[in-house]
Amino acid sequence: MTATQPRIAPAAGGRAGGGRSRARTARQARTVSRNGIGLIIALVTLFPIFWMVSTAFKPSQEIYSLTPSLLPIHPTLGNFSRVISGQASGIGSVWLFFRNSLSVTLATVLIASVVSLLASVAVARFRFRLRASFLVMLLIVQMIPGQALIIALFVDFNKLGLLENLGGLVLVYAAQALPVSIWMLRNFVATVPRELEEAAAIDGASAPRIFWRILFPLVMPGLVATSIFSFITAYNEFVVALTFLGQAHSTYTLPIYVTYFFGRGGAQWGPIMAASTLYTVPVLVFFMLVRRRLVGGLVAGAVKG
Amino acid sequence: MADTVQRRPGARPAPRPGQPLPRLPARTRAATFVRRHKLAPYLLLAPALAGIALVLLWPLAQVALFSFQNYGLPQLTGAAPTQWVGLANFTATFSDPEFWLSLRTTVVFAAVVVPLTLVTGTAIGLLLNRLGRKMSAFVAGAALLAWATPPTAGAVLFYWLFNPDGGLVDWGLSRLPHWLVGSTNWAQYNWTTTGALQAYTVLTLLVLWTSFPFVAVTVLAGLKTVPAELHEAARVDGANRWQVFWKVTFPLLKPIFLVLLLLSVIWDFNIFTQTYLITGFPGNQNEYNLSLYIYDKAFGFPPSYGLGGALALIFTLIVLVITVGYVRTSVRHGALT
Repeated sequence: MTATQPRIAPAAGGRAGGGRSRARTARQARTVSRNGIGLIIALVTLFPIFWMVSTAFKPSQEIYSLTPSLLPIHPTLGNFSRVISGQASGIGSVWLFFRNSLSVTLATVLIASVVSLLASVAVARFRFRLRASFLVMLLIVQMIPGQALIIALFVDFNKLGLLENLGGLVLVYAAQALPVSIWMLRNFVATVPRELEEAAAIDGASAPRIFWRILFPLVMPGLVATSIFSFITAYNEFVVALTFLGQAHSTYTLPIYVTYFFGRGGAQWGPIMAASTLYTVPVLVFFMLVRRRLVGGLVAGAVKG
Repeated sequence: MADTVQRRPGARPAPRPGQPLPRLPARTRAATFVRRHKLAPYLLLAPALAGIALVLLWPLAQVALFSFQNYGLPQLTGAAPTQWVGLANFTATFSDPEFWLSLRTTVVFAAVVVPLTLVTGTAIGLLLNRLGRKMSAFVAGAALLAWATPPTAGAVLFYWLFNPDGGLVDWGLSRLPHWLVGSTNWAQYNWTTTGALQAYTVLTLLVLWTSFPFVAVTVLAGLKTVPAELHEAARVDGANRWQVFWKVTFPLLKPIFLVLLLLSVIWDFNIFTQTYLITGFPGNQNEYNLSLYIYDKAFGFPPSYGLGGALALIFTLIVLVITVGYVRTSVRHGALT
């Protein structure tokens, strides 16, 4: 499907030596063209991210220049300093929103990990009534569109005084991350041999001790995978934050901050791209670092789910 | 608790009649209670169930209630009582041409983007499988970065690329010869406000960019599980690459493709963040998809949680009908064991 050039079949009646070398040439040509296609795909895919970072370092006359250049000709940190000083958005320094996003995300990851680990132990280790119903419920619940829930959540949180409040966001994000986290984690818990736990129990270890010393370390890779998932859920979330945080600028998370900026028009593309870069690059670096586990966990979720 | 103690002689001297029962430590008594009633799984599930019930299930039930009420801003602040209005919210929805337009936009968008994403992702997954290790890691790494870019940042970025004032795409198109790109004046061409087709072209590229990596990496992982001998045997039998894919690879990876198809349909049907930003909500009503239409009805001016609730209910039912396919596929493949 991917190699578009015609395949050259070795000439049946030709001299053996000539046929072989022609086949080898054809194979080399295919390898080269495959690598070429791969390279083009990678560059096209990377280009938007490159353009974001490049724009962030350009002074404004280069941003709106009639002949845009690939790299900044006179690179500047001006856009970043206007974002950091809060001058560009008028609602505060980017660090404030960074801190908001980070605390919401970390709290979500922590709560979702603990709660989903407990639930996945229940599902993987015990046979109880309603177990199958619970699992089907998880599958269905993760498909409920967020836009459907947000109307009722807005009304409820308004009554509870949880709007314009980062704690309210954590509550929603953690709950939203639960179905997928439990679904992924239970596979990891199920692969830990029960005999290990039984042996520890015979040796006199208490249930909490078995949990912390035996199950927990072995389930760690799964916890990393689900933590990454809840991390993405919380760090990227837009519609709940948009609706709940309203005009309370000091509680904005990064995505709301970046779009607040953007929504006011006036085309301050330099600062907007600087803010987007500060929002995006830490996740990209983080994802490259945890790449192997991430891909494993995702695939486990999709292939087994 | 006392009889447990008495049944185990030696553990503790049995209390003499008339004397108060010895108090066991609270933790021990709780543990015994849990064990005797087999409560452990329920206790472990309790926090998760509470969270899911409060934040996912209860709001859904409430939305269903709202859809039969006139719940709006006066009802939210308590200035006016909530009244039952029967099916009024539903009839208002079904008689609104904007609703049908947004539904059509949603369906057409999903019908275009889902096959495009799956075909592109699968093709790139197949390519990754045939590339050398370093090149494969490089392309997969690039794809991972696109996938990891937060949707808001991606949407803002594409808005900038397609911006009429200084955007790169308009500049590029205006340099190309007319026979290739038509006689439109591409310099300062406005992609986001000219019409739904233009805005959704940008959205299609944006969604393709963000979601092909997931398909490619999943297909690649699936391909690694296909034994190489099968492919070799098919090639020896004279099958060409196209035949090998459809006769060997595809049947083996069918469960994966089915899950990818259903997830993509659901994602592209639900899409909100990107459409909200690219169409510049609340900009042009003709560019709404169903998500934006619901959001506008519920939180626009004047906010109507009843109308929004009716829409949300319709929307959820559509998505759940699609989900039935997902659940059935999962259950059939032994997901519940």
